[in-house]
Amino acid sequence: MSDTNEQIQQTALHDLHVELGAKMVPFAGYSMPVQYPMGLAKEHLHTRAQAGLFDVSHMGQVKLTGEKAAEALETLVPVDIAGLQPMKQRYALFTNDQGGVMDDLMVTNAGDHLFVVVNAACKDQDINHMREHIGNDCEIKVMEDYALLALQGPMAGAVMNRLSAGTDELVFMTAANIEIDGMDCFVTRSGYSGEDGFEISVHNNDAQQLARTLLAQPEVEAIGLGARDSLRLECGLCLYGHDLDTETTPVESSLLWALTKSRRADGARPGGYPGADIIMGQMANGVEKKRVGIQAEGRMPVRDGAVLVDADGNEIGVVTSGGFGPTVNGPIAMGYVKTQFATPDTELFAIVRDKQVSVKVVKLPFVKQNYYRG
Amino acid sequence: MSTLKYTEDHEWVLTAGDGTCLIGITDFAQEQLGELVFIELPAVGDEVEKEDAVAVIESVKSASDLLMPVSGEIIEVNEELDSDPGIVNEDAMGAGWFIKVKLYDESELDELMDEDKYMEGLDDSE
Repeated sequence: MSDTNEQIQQTALHDLHVELGAKMVPFAGYSMPVQYPMGLAKEHLHTRAQAGLFDVSHMGQVKLTGEKAAEALETLVPVDIAGLQPMKQRYALFTNDQGGVMDDLMVTNAGDHLFVVVNAACKDQDINHMREHIGNDCEIKVMEDYALLALQGPMAGAVMNRLSAGTDELVFMTAANIEIDGMDCFVTRSGYSGEDGFEISVHNNDAQQLARTLLAQPEVEAIGLGARDSLRLECGLCLYGHDLDTETTPVESSLLWALTKSRRADGARPGGYPGADIIMGQMANGVEKKRVGIQAEGRMPVRDGAVLVDADGNEIGVVTSGGFGPTVNGPIAMGYVKTQFATPDTELFAIVRDKQVSVKVVKLPFVKQNYYRG
Repeated sequence: MSTLKYTEDHEWVLTAGDGTCLIGITDFAQEQLGELVFIELPAVGDEVEKEDAVAVIESVKSASDLLMPVSGEIIEVNEELDSDPGIVNEDAMGAGWFIKVKLYDESELDELMDEDKYMEGLDDSE
C-alpha cells in the first residue's frame, strides 16, 4: 500500500460502480472496481461469450498536437508513428537508454492530433518524459476531463452498431468519431482482453450516461479489473510492471512484432529512439532471456514471482504473471527463461511454497485472440 | 455433544465430542475468496500445531492459507476437494469441510468464538 499517503482518485464512473455493488480497491492511485457481484470467473466468461464493459478511465489519455507531433513521438518509441495513417492505431513502447521498457502505450492518428493512451501507474512519468523530450515540438495536453470505457467481447460490434449505426465497419486498430445518444465519442476498435471490442473516450460529463446506455444492452455486463487481468493473460498480453519493466527490452519481451519494420536496422528510418543500439544489437545477435508461456501441470496456479528451475534445480527464470484462466479452465502463466529453455515443450519446474511443480514452456497465447479484421 | 466454533480467520471447527473435530472455512470466507480452483490439503498422519498453515486455498484471484485453529493430528482429509474445490463455494459449512483432526488439547477449543460472537464480528467488519 505505497500510495496510502496520496489522495485516492475516483473516475467519473465511481458512483455507478458502487451502485452496481462493485468491490472497490486502490489501484495505481485510483479507487477501481476489482469485481462486481457476478464474480471474477463469471465476468471473465461473460466477456468471452458476449460483451463486458470495463472502466479504464484511470489510464492516461494524452493529446499531441502540432505538425511535428508524429516525428517527435517517433524519437521516443521504436515504432512507425510518422507513417501511421489517419484513424489508424498502433501499439508502442517508451524505451529508456538501456533499451528497457518505460511503459507500453497505444497511439492513434486522430487526424488533427495524436491520441495517446498510457498506463495509469506510469502516466505521470510518461507525461513528464514527453514534455521533457518533445515538449518543444508539439503541444502535449492531458485529457483530464475524459473517461475511457472499454467494451470487449464477441457481441461488442453488434452492440456498438445498434447504438451508432456503421460503427461495426471499423476494423481492428482503427478509429472513428461517433455519436451515441447525442454524446460525442472517440472510439478505437481495440482493447486488452484479446477479444474484439472498442475503447471509447468520452467526456466525464457524459461518461456515466454512456456507461448506463451500454449496460442497458442485453449482452453487456460490468466487468472488473480482476477479469481484465485474467482475460489479458490468457491471450498472452503483457502487463506493465509485471511482464514489462525498465530492466527488460522489447526483444527479450518477445515483442518483436511491435517493432515496426521501418525503424529496424534495415528499415527506412532505422533507430533514433532511446536504447536503439542495444535493441538493434539484440535483434541481430539474440538475447539471453525471453518471455514465454508457462503451463503448469494439474490445477494449481503458479503465480507471479515463482522461480523456474531446470531438471537439475538450477534457477533459469521467473514467472511474471500467473493465475487461473477461467476459459482455459486451468492454470496459466508467463515469465522469462534463459533463451536455451525458451523452446515450446521444454520441461521445467516452478517453485511454489518450497515445492517443485512440473511446468512446461508453451507458445502464447493460451486463448486465441479474436480481433475483427474485416 | 457437538459444538460449532469459529476463528477470526473465518474458519469453523465442529467438535464431535469424542476428541476429534472437522475444520473448514466459513461461508463468509468462501464468498470473499470467490471461485476456488485448487485446494492443497495436508497428508493424513501430519501432526500440526495451532497457527500452522495446513492447507492452501487457491481462488481465481489469489492463494491463501488455512491456519490451524487447534493443534492435533490430521486423521482424515476431504478428498472430494481434490477434484472439485467448488464444493467449498457451494457448501462451505457442510460438504466443503477440509480436514478431520484428533485434538491434542481440548482446552484449545475454549479460546475459539461461538457463533454469536463470530457473527457479531462480521457485522462490525461490514
